[in-house]
Amino acid sequence: MVDALENDIRGLIADRLPVAFTRERGGAELVLHVTRDALLPLMTLLRDAPALDFAQLMDVCGVDWPDRPERFEVVYNLLSLTRNERLRVITMTDAEQPVPSVASIWPTATWFERETWDMYGVVFAGLADLRRLLTDYGFEGHPLRKDFPLSGFVEMRYDAEVGRVVQEPVKLVQDFRNFDFLSPWEAMTTLPGDEKVHLNRIARPEDEKGDKA
Amino acid sequence: MSDLSPIGEAAPNETERRIVEMDSHTINFGPQHPAAHGVLRLILEMKGEVVERADPHIGLLHRGTEKLIEYKTYLQALPYFDRLDYVSPMCMEHSFALATERLLGITQDVPERAQYIRVLFAEITRIANHLLNVTTYALDCGAITPALWGFEQREHLLEMYEMTSGSHYHANYFRPGGVAKDIPAALPEKIERWMAQFPAFLDELEGLLTNNRIFKQRTVDIGVMTAEQAMEWGFSGPCLRASGVAWDLRKSQPYDVYDRMEFDVPVGRNGDCYDRYLLRMQEMRQSLRIIRQCLDQMKPGPIKVLDNKIVPPTRGQMKRSMEALIHHFKLYTEGYHVPAGSTYTVTEAPKGEFGVYLVADGTNKPYRCKIRAPGYAHLQAMEVLSKGHMLADAVAIIGSLDIVFGEIDR
Repeated sequence: MVDALENDIRGLIADRLPVAFTRERGGAELVLHVTRDALLPLMTLLRDAPALDFAQLMDVCGVDWPDRPERFEVVYNLLSLTRNERLRVITMTDAEQPVPSVASIWPTATWFERETWDMYGVVFAGLADLRRLLTDYGFEGHPLRKDFPLSGFVEMRYDAEVGRVVQEPVKLVQDFRNFDFLSPWEAMTTLPGDEKVHLNRIARPEDEKGDKA
Repeated sequence: MSDLSPIGEAAPNETERRIVEMDSHTINFGPQHPAAHGVLRLILEMKGEVVERADPHIGLLHRGTEKLIEYKTYLQALPYFDRLDYVSPMCMEHSFALATERLLGITQDVPERAQYIRVLFAEITRIANHLLNVTTYALDCGAITPALWGFEQREHLLEMYEMTSGSHYHANYFRPGGVAKDIPAALPEKIERWMAQFPAFLDELEGLLTNNRIFKQRTVDIGVMTAEQAMEWGFSGPCLRASGVAWDLRKSQPYDVYDRMEFDVPVGRNGDCYDRYLLRMQEMRQSLRIIRQCLDQMKPGPIKVLDNKIVPPTRGQMKRSMEALIHHFKLYTEGYHVPAGSTYTVTEAPKGEFGVYLVADGTNKPYRCKIRAPGYAHLQAMEVLSKGHMLADAVAIIGSLDIVFGEIDR
């Protein structure tokens, strides 16, 4: 099923768009990686080509990879009712470069893109309504970024003296505990003090997975 | 004023522009309004009593679930799903359990009995959800009796929850690899007893509403969504089927043992509020069929995968086996490591397509867990649905969409 879908998409694109194909979950889910410039032509094609008919955009979300030069992935999950197949389209961006909005192709994208802006600070070009959606009025920052602390920066309380809600810097009575579970029980292959052993051994290659590309 | 100017006075300059206040005003619907089904703040621009613009402001119940999950192990992340759509908790867990299983590569290993139990409870949950929705929706439209009757039935279903998981609402029962524990021996009989009287209740409920003149006046031809509109607005579940699209993930992309179940997918024709109501009533009857089949086909057996690297050992094993004790300790401190990869896994939750986009990076915590809530897409279409309708119709539309803020705000 996934093979047929990939072949059909390859046939329709025919090298006109820079699209890289990968698979996830042992080949069961097809993922298209596309540049920002080619996003709108690709999405229009996916929706309008009768052989594909991805009439539904089910989800748009961001993923933050701080180590990459373009740190944000914007992930689109599409669904074709006639083919009964799903497809994932991923494009990359950073905090400045805008991603073209797909709200003109699927109006449902509006809220999903607003949420991605709210949570990650990804800018969408051509989205008429780029307001925050889930966070509070007047909120600052983009909370789902990996460098945003879990506890946030400010906390709110009702101040009886001023008679309104006030915001103050977060004060934790106990430090937030984030344990390192890359555990020595299974992951520590070198005993402390025995580091020299590696000089005599060939280091094992890090197993790189496809999604890190 | 110009036509009242005194005789002899110069006529006003015709090119002079005046700003005229239109007969429109903006009202704040909610966030503390009982018909807003939670904490919806809906800004309605009215022209007289007709809705011109509807702008839902959501996020008042935003708890940062997705961020919290990134800091929890896979097992600790599961209870958050109960708290998304708190009207149908177990269906929320279902997506996350399936997504984790897929990344772990143990989908094939989940025992048959566990799959039956999950389907059984998914359908019990569907009935519980639809009962709450249909009856409170009727309440929004002015009928109080259905809500009083429906809550009694829903209570029976929640008692089944409590018997099985120990908790009335936040069950935390479906687990990656199966379910937490086997159903109690008394449960099938309790379900049988409940099932014996439930169709009669449904008939009575339909008797109250389906041909009720007031209810029909409030819902027929209100909030119409064509099939094309429904698709481009990302509708799913009953709201999509009410518009005439025969699409049910339980049929088209079956998970667990849904491929063995015999049931029909009711489809609406008009896509209005009334069809969405009728569809939910029909779905409850179909769910009953599935529950019946689950009870008949279920065989005794294990209820979670046997790999103790993923599911904890039993208490008895822990008392006797050192290895089991270590497994238990490791699972409840560190948890299991999920191989790097990503999946978008969906289930047919009572409200529609509930999806989990899970990205694992090989550690014991999800790198990213995006929750795709069906109600989110439905609420977004509020403006399209309610434009040109009366204010009171906006209430009926919200009720018919089955909005729950736990899942929308996350």
